[in-house]
Formats: sequence, C-alpha cells, structure tokens
Amino acid sequence: MTKTVEKENILEVDNLRVNFKTPDGLVTAVNDLTFNLAQGETLGIVGESGSGKSQTAFALMGLLAGNGVIEGEARFEGQNILTLNEKAMNHIRSEKIAMIFQDPMTSLNPYMKVGKQLMEVLLLHKGMNKADAFEASVKMLDAVKMPEARKRMNMYPHEFSGGMRQRVMIAMALLCQPKLLIADEPTTALDVTVQAQILTLLNELKADFNTSIIMITHDLGVVAGLCDKVLVMYAGRTMEYGQTEDVFYRPTHPYTKGLLEAIPRLDGDGGALATIAGNPPNLLNLPAGCPFQERCLYAEDRCRKESPVLEEYQPGKLRACHKPVNWEVAS
Amino acid sequence: MSTATDNVLMEVKDLKVHFNIKADNAWPWTPGQALKAVDGVNLTIYEGETLGVVGESGCGKSTLARALLRLVPITDGSVVWLGQDLTDLDKKQMRDKRQELQMIFQDPLASLNPRMTVGDIIAEPLRTFKPHLSKKEVKDQVRAIMDRVGLLPNVINRYPHEFSGGQCQRIGIARALILKPKLVVCDEPVSALDVSIQAQVVNLLKELQEEMGLSLVFIAHDLSVVKHISDRVLVMYLGNAVELASKHSLYDTPRHPYTKALLSAVPVPDPQHERGKKIQLLAGDLPSPINPPSGCVFRTRCPHANEDCASQKPVLENLSSEHQAACLRLAEIA
Repeated sequence: MTKTVEKENILEVDNLRVNFKTPDGLVTAVNDLTFNLAQGETLGIVGESGSGKSQTAFALMGLLAGNGVIEGEARFEGQNILTLNEKAMNHIRSEKIAMIFQDPMTSLNPYMKVGKQLMEVLLLHKGMNKADAFEASVKMLDAVKMPEARKRMNMYPHEFSGGMRQRVMIAMALLCQPKLLIADEPTTALDVTVQAQILTLLNELKADFNTSIIMITHDLGVVAGLCDKVLVMYAGRTMEYGQTEDVFYRPTHPYTKGLLEAIPRLDGDGGALATIAGNPPNLLNLPAGCPFQERCLYAEDRCRKESPVLEEYQPGKLRACHKPVNWEVAS
Repeated sequence: MSTATDNVLMEVKDLKVHFNIKADNAWPWTPGQALKAVDGVNLTIYEGETLGVVGESGCGKSTLARALLRLVPITDGSVVWLGQDLTDLDKKQMRDKRQELQMIFQDPLASLNPRMTVGDIIAEPLRTFKPHLSKKEVKDQVRAIMDRVGLLPNVINRYPHEFSGGQCQRIGIARALILKPKLVVCDEPVSALDVSIQAQVVNLLKELQEEMGLSLVFIAHDLSVVKHISDRVLVMYLGNAVELASKHSLYDTPRHPYTKALLSAVPVPDPQHERGKKIQLLAGDLPSPINPPSGCVFRTRCPHANEDCASQKPVLENLSSEHQAACLRLAEIA
C-alpha cells in the first residue's frame, strides 16, 4: 500500500456512470465506478463480456456511441475530462492518454501505409515536419521490436501479421509518449506466444517510460503478470478492487472467487472445474438487489433485496458484498 | 493412459491436406502453389479417450479436424475408421458413416440455422439418418438429450438468437450427440465463451463423455483448457505434429522446444509465479505454409537449430510408451 500513497494520482475516477438509451429501455453499462491510478501504475479491469469494462475505456476517451450518456467525474491531472469539448479532448487524446484497441486487424486504416498512419499522429499533435516524423516513427517501431522497421514504414497493414499489427498499434499509441495508456483487450485476438511477446513489451515500456496503464481484459493470467491493482467488474459494477496479490490470493467477493476457480489453469491438476451456475445477467433486466445474487452460492434474503454498496473494508481494499468470503473462518 | 489392449477407433496415417492456392492476379495458365495445411500427421484415437490438439492459429489443427471427418478433400494418406479407410468411401457410404462421427463447431451461434427452432435443429440429424422414427419418438429423443445437456424443455420452440453463447453451444452439443456417435470432433468449442460459461461447457463435455463412452478430439489454442479435458495431447506446428504424449507427461516434461515455448507463454493467474517466471519468447512469426522451411519446420524460430535441422525432417520418435516428439536434437537439449 505504501507505494500508492507516495505517488500522485494521475487519474481519479469518481462515480462514473454510463447509460445507454436503447429502444428497449435505459441500459446502465457502467454503474458508479470509482478508482484511482498513480503515475507508473497498472490497473487491470477484469470481467466477462457485457460487464462494462470496454465502455469504461470508451467513456474515458470520449469515444462513446451517440446514445451514451455519462455521469460522474474523471479527473486526469486534476482536470475533469468527461466534460471537455471535442477540441480540448483531441488535445488530450494521444498526447496525454492513448488507447490500444482489441482488434489490430480492423483498427488500422487498410488504405494507408503504416508509416503514414504513424506519422499522421506526430504531424497533427506535435506539429513536426515530415522528415522528423518519419525518423521518430521508425525509432518507435524499433522500440516495439519491429524487425526491419524502416522497410515496414512503406507497407500496408494487410502485409503484417496480427502480432505485428498490434505492435504498430502500440507504437502509434506511444508516439506522443502519453502518460496513460488504455489497452482494451490488446492480446485477446493473438496467439499465446505472440501474446507473451506483447506482454513482455508492455512490461518493458512500463519500466522505460513510466507509463500508467489501464489493462482491460477477461484473462486473469494476463492481469497477474502485468497489473499492480485489479478491479473486478460484473454487470457494470465494481465487485472487488484491490492490490493484485490480495485479490488473487485472498478474493473476498464470491464472484471473484468463483471466477478464479472456474479458469482452467496450467498449474492445476486438470480435474473437474468449479463452475458459476447460470448466465451473466441481461443489463436491461437486472435482478433486484445484488446483480450477482442469482448465481451466488452464498446469497441470502438481504442480497435479494438490497444492492450492496462498495465499501473500503480494509485500507486500499474495496468490495460490494453482503456475504463476503471470510478467510479467517475459512482458513 | 491407453495401452495396446484398448480398442482403436481411428488410425490416421501420413495424412496430408494441401490446398491449391493461386494469386488473384495470376495468369490463368500459371500453376497454383500448394498450401500445406496438414503435412503428414500420424495418430491413433482409442475408444473413450480424449485427444487434445493444440497449436497456434495457422498450424492446421482445424484442417486436421475437418480431414478426420472428410469435410475437406484429403490429398494423401489414410484415415482408417474401425478397420475401414474413409478415403476409399464414396459419398453415399461416407454419409452413412457420419452417424458415428459428429462435430461441434467453434462459433456457437453461426453454426446454428437462425430460421430453425431449437427442437428442429436438434432433431435434424435424427430425421436425416433415421427417417423411420415417428414424430413422437423424435420429440422424445430430442427432449431427452435437451435435458441431458441442460436445456429446459420449454425452450424447444425458440430460435437460436434468443440464446446466449453458452446455451447455443449446448444446442450444438445436443445436435452432435443425438445420434449417439462414437467420435465427436470439437473444434474450439469453448474459445468463444466467457470464463464462467467455459467451465460449464467443459464439465458438461466431460460428463457426457463418461456417460456415453464417447471419444473426443478436442481442438483448442488454449493449453490450460486442453489440460483439463484431454487424456493425450498432440501439439502441432505448421501442419506437422511436433509432440504427442499423455497429458501428464506432456505438461510435466515437455520435450520439444516448441512445446516448451508454448507452455512458458501461457499466463497463469498467480501474480508471484507470473512475475518470477521466465518466458521463452519465440522470435519472429509463423512462416508461411505455402513455402515452409526445409527440414524441421520449426527451425527458423528454434533456439537450438543447427545445420542438420535444415536438411533433415524429424519424425515423431518414441521417447517412452506414452511420449513421442519430433526433433533431431532432443538428446542434446534435454
């Protein structure tokens, strides 16, 4: 904990809420999300599909779909970035906050040479001339371990493999040396050996540039290797939030515990897997009380009536649950 | 672990699947090139076992799966099913065999006809292969299998789009199992599902296998899932089998450099282990299967490769009764 107290937070998110107006009614994709991120720190946001983890990223970057409405505050270096106008936000995007998207196949422009796409960032944001921008781009491609970087500048995205394209995306995100990098499932579409390359790269970048990273993923293994803090989301809400070690070794929320037990593990014995019964809830039609209660092993009457609030039960550890797993009794 | 006394269901010998590829802008008379999707795979599937097939995208694992059921044209080699070579059969004979050989597909929603109800989808194999059954018999069997895979009877008249991914995969499983096949080939059946749902489907497959005495070929890119479900595991790289071993032997003592690299790359949800571990990063990308490296296909990325690897092609060698690997330098790098 001492680590986080000393450093200044570069991002403070307070009660972030994202609502979507849909023909079927109001969907709350993100519900009262609160977290802090210090310089150089990595936060992992984990959850299953539909838990609101990607919408959190889009909300922070101002990239929500037209029917999305944001409430709450997100202060980046003290400034609320949720209320900024497009022009001011453009200034922050890429220069201060950059994002890596999930699908490297579709997030590059297929009609533009990779070099031109990279240079565009520098021409627009840094006002560099073309020659300087070219050199800076080559340097950045080298930094993300792209072989024959100079040659690659003249190639189109389709000539690259998935891992290479993700490297281009990372290089593009890092060109302006942002303070915060939001990575939305950056390795989900990649093979494990390529994933290992990309994660090693991100770990090195973290050390070299002291970049803060928000890592959005459903893979708890990825979080374990990269993140300092973890935020577990379910149905748009925070279930548990704390240091990675605490959450992995002593999960107190039944959902976190269930999730950790349900993953097939390479270091496991290969026996039957523990399961979480049922399906993730429909956001249009959430159960009363705790959103997880229908699938929770420990749910009692109170869970079906009252929605648990997120509380700090120990310094730096937050959870929203009426019936937390009690490790003192369990062990 | 399978022994010689176990019943052999399927024997695959030197299976090759090559696709003829031609560039879009090529002249009509230029000959195409062969894309070697599967290039000489030997394996045996025993009764009641699960054979896991792992490898990265483009290694030919899906093509292998399809070739086992003759869903892609087989270039060379044989697939012997209960003493009969499937490659010799004509269309009609093959169709009869398909009752015993079923498949579960990767994308649960895309593999279900959106305009058919769940009941019709599950009943379709019965109507095709057992047309003599009465409507009531079909319905009874459909209800029984739906109950078995965990689908409520009241969903029988719904359409696939009304279901979540996990439910759709259960429909796919029911459809594959209603004919009581002997072998089910599962092509990445859980990779599109969320973690909590994935565990449900993996457990369901395991239960059904024990109950019905099925053999499974389980294809996946996720080595941890394969570890949970398989008895034996085949590791593929660029159309070639590089290692085949019993589950414990493979995961405890991987021998091939590629398997070692693959296993070290899998993230484990244990922060201390993850931070302390040494990953054997593979340099570069997968070479093109149109023009694979000479000799050992893995040599271009292998940290141990020497001149011999470029000239000689390694074959699967027995290291023990339950472990085979294809590498020329096994003795030196162990």
